[in-house]
Amino acid sequence: MQVTVVGGGPAGLYASLLLKKEYPDWNVTVYERDPADNTYGWGVVFSDATLSNLKEADTVSHERITDAFVRWDPIDVHLKGESIRCGGHTFAGIMRADLLQLLQERSREVGVELIHGETIEEDDVDELAAEADLLIGADGLNSTVRETHEESFRPSVSDGSAKFAWFGTAKPYDVFTFIFRENEHGLWRVHAYPGRMSTFIVECTQETWEAAGLDEKGEEEALAYFEDLFSDHLEGYDLQSKLYGWRNFPVVSCGSWSSGDDIVLLGDAAHTAHFSIGSGTKLALEDAISLLDGFREHGTDVRSALNYYEKERRPRVEGLQDAAERSQTYFENVERYWDMEPEQFAYNMLTRSGRISYDSLKQRDVGYADDYDRWFEANATDADVTPLAARQPLNQSLTLRETTLDNRLTVTRPPSNGSTDGRPGADYLDDLRDRARDGPGLLLTDPVAVSPEGRITPGTPGLYDDSHVDAWAAFVDDVHAETDAAVGLQLVHAGRRGATRHREYGLDRPLPSGDRWELYAPSAKPYVPGGPKPTAVDADDCDRIRDDFAEAAERAAEAGFDYLQLHAGHGYLLSSFLSPLTNDREDEFGGSLEARMRYPLSVFDAVREAWPDERPLGTALQATDWNLSGLKTRESLQVAQALADRDCDLLSIVAGQATVRERPRYDPTVLADFTETYRNETGVPALSTNYVTTYDEVNTLVGAGRADLCTYRP
Amino acid sequence: MQVGIGLPNTLDTDGETLRSWARRADDGPFTSVGVFDRLVYRSTDPLTTLATCAGVTEDVQLVTSIVAGPLRSDALLAKRAATVDQLSDGRLSLGLALGARREDYEMADASFDDRGKRFSRQLSRLRDIWEDDDIGPEPATDGGPELLVGGDSDPTFNRVGRYGDGYIHGGGPPRAFERKAEQARAAWDESGRPGDPALWGHGYFALGEEAAERGREYLLDYYAFTGPFAETIADSLLTTPQEVLSFVRGYADAGCDELLLFPTVADDEQYDELETLIETEWR
Repeated sequence: MQVTVVGGGPAGLYASLLLKKEYPDWNVTVYERDPADNTYGWGVVFSDATLSNLKEADTVSHERITDAFVRWDPIDVHLKGESIRCGGHTFAGIMRADLLQLLQERSREVGVELIHGETIEEDDVDELAAEADLLIGADGLNSTVRETHEESFRPSVSDGSAKFAWFGTAKPYDVFTFIFRENEHGLWRVHAYPGRMSTFIVECTQETWEAAGLDEKGEEEALAYFEDLFSDHLEGYDLQSKLYGWRNFPVVSCGSWSSGDDIVLLGDAAHTAHFSIGSGTKLALEDAISLLDGFREHGTDVRSALNYYEKERRPRVEGLQDAAERSQTYFENVERYWDMEPEQFAYNMLTRSGRISYDSLKQRDVGYADDYDRWFEANATDADVTPLAARQPLNQSLTLRETTLDNRLTVTRPPSNGSTDGRPGADYLDDLRDRARDGPGLLLTDPVAVSPEGRITPGTPGLYDDSHVDAWAAFVDDVHAETDAAVGLQLVHAGRRGATRHREYGLDRPLPSGDRWELYAPSAKPYVPGGPKPTAVDADDCDRIRDDFAEAAERAAEAGFDYLQLHAGHGYLLSSFLSPLTNDREDEFGGSLEARMRYPLSVFDAVREAWPDERPLGTALQATDWNLSGLKTRESLQVAQALADRDCDLLSIVAGQATVRERPRYDPTVLADFTETYRNETGVPALSTNYVTTYDEVNTLVGAGRADLCTYRP
Repeated sequence: MQVGIGLPNTLDTDGETLRSWARRADDGPFTSVGVFDRLVYRSTDPLTTLATCAGVTEDVQLVTSIVAGPLRSDALLAKRAATVDQLSDGRLSLGLALGARREDYEMADASFDDRGKRFSRQLSRLRDIWEDDDIGPEPATDGGPELLVGGDSDPTFNRVGRYGDGYIHGGGPPRAFERKAEQARAAWDESGRPGDPALWGHGYFALGEEAAERGREYLLDYYAFTGPFAETIADSLLTTPQEVLSFVRGYADAGCDELLLFPTVADDEQYDELETLIETEWR
């Protein structure tokens, strides 16, 4: 067997030495562009110091690598003059040059042929492949092997929005250190970690980078700028650079990691993960181990060995890439969290990638985590004294105007069908009462119609007639008498999604034509193809429907509800004004975003007027239509800002269902990510409608300041 | 969780074997019998096979796992499914998915590239046809046979939430099922559907060393169109009682409502062994 390896970085060297050691009669040749003693780069970090699978794969190199490791387990976060430490994370670091030296030495020992100073061009790849039985592309993120066989590897490379540069310093950092520092040019992030020399990565937004003039500053000037900016952290030590330059982090992923029967990609050539989770080198080494396992399993059947490698590695790599992407997104958007108190800022940072939750922080560093609970309680209750014993975040109360919710769990139910002419049915109310007994801080009804035409199905409950008030009032009284739950009402006008059958067999199935009522919408477009065509509302309709909302709000106040929420999502009437897919109007309510939000906002104003001052009013707002021509999150955030300006008390973020032509994502975190964005961009408290089934998730979201309330399904 | 057994309708077997497995399942520990759908293959038609089995059984649920919906005209599929449902007194669970084999589409004169869009429309039309009176028969089940949607992309979960009664997973280890089941529940919840989606899983078995080898060959052949992925599927074949049991327990823990175990060898001993195993160790 001839194995040819392009690239003498960690992935290529480690794969070479493992294969040569296992199969001494194979020829293994590594081509590396740089000289053997190249010292480019600073430290590399491993998020898991144990690396037990490396020990199994090759004890000798494992021992040498781990002997050279600097180990630490805390993370320090420095911001606004505070320093916060959380332990229990087990990291290890090594200088990149040291790692390469160790791996080169070990490769030579087992008989790998290393050829340095030889650049492999695109034209060479096929020639090398033809001469080899296996060609390994371990040539990093700008892989020539990958580019040569793009049609097989189907790579995608997307650059992150932040700018970053690597520096080193003799200042001895002893733990993973994150520094966040604001100056006149913007907010800077530093990722610093220990090593023979400390690594010091500076990251910022494009705007900050330009404001600081870094596009024009040379190396010396830049070093001086940061030495000055971080002088308190550097304590007189210099910053140094090698191949000074600013980059945007490229995320590489590939449709396939092999091409033909005998070409394979390893490490950064196949996949990258943002440096902030410290996994790139670990992934590269583990790729090599898995490739070896493939040969152990399938002998010299190269194709099967490559299949094995990809099958084993892909799920693990993709899981890590997801976490890395979340971490990268966090660092690109740190400005959003800058108003948080330092304690919460640090907690949010520690839990950013989704791999560390409330419960896992308790396990990693119970002292830190308990302190954080105490801080959270003191902060949530405005207490002057930090409590000795604190409850977890989900058990903290939340006060909106004069309504206090006992805890952060919200229980709701899907749109119901058990009502007649808007009068809520007994079974339906019993079901709501049962849900209140489960102990949520807020019990929120499913959508309740503001008018007969605003019903979703004939069985949708309503609050559009004075005769409805008594049933609701009795229900609210019961819940108040029996439980501590606050009771919220959600008001809806179904718009063009009205007059449908019950959702037992599916959504948006129009009633038989004889049973339908007239539907109203901004424009006369049916919701489902072939479904009933709504009437485009005229000025009188707009006034009437706004009055319906306001009158329903008055009735809700009379019935004793503690909280009121308007539904401006899911393609119901208010959100169909917001979406360009469903609003073709040419009057004051259609066209630009400002015009499209005018009617929904006028309804909000009218309801605020009708609803008692001391009680909170919130909005369920559409974050995206999941359609390229639909409402964008960027636009919806402007609507949220307009609601914030009107003292909206709570935002509940929903997505999709604006039309049937949509391509939603059902990633379990997607709604929580939207909620976080809205909460921290607008400062309005937010209710996450994510599918949350554990207390750990609620504690993490609420503790980290990504939501204030969570819908919860036990 | 309940356990069903697959019938060997893609294993080039005869009518008596299919009927006898169905009869035995009806009397035995299994709560459902499942069939696959392939056009260009030596297999029997799924709904016709189930209709035959309906005649020799009384209680067992009759499941397609899955039928490639867009290979067929909406109205003809609706009628055929309603017929099986009516003749079996409401025992049909109609699992539908896109089907990934281009060859099947070409032979059926059905277009391949827009099959996703046609599938969504088909799901909506099936319900309409079952509830309207124009195309009979009236299914024995209110609203039509239980409609399960298969696949693993985001549009799949959108279809589950919008049109389905539940989700039918395409096979894999319990943790793969668990992730997809979570997505199905989240999509259902977000869509505002009442109750919970029905969650179905499936796996392959071939008990005994000799059977394992034959089963593996069958899977490599059946899934040859997926390229190297066929290996992955063949590797997941359950070949010992321990593997079957840990698979069954894993699915139960992952929240599966009903798990279908499909044979890869059509010998009666395969049925016997699985029946004994499920009867003694699971029920």
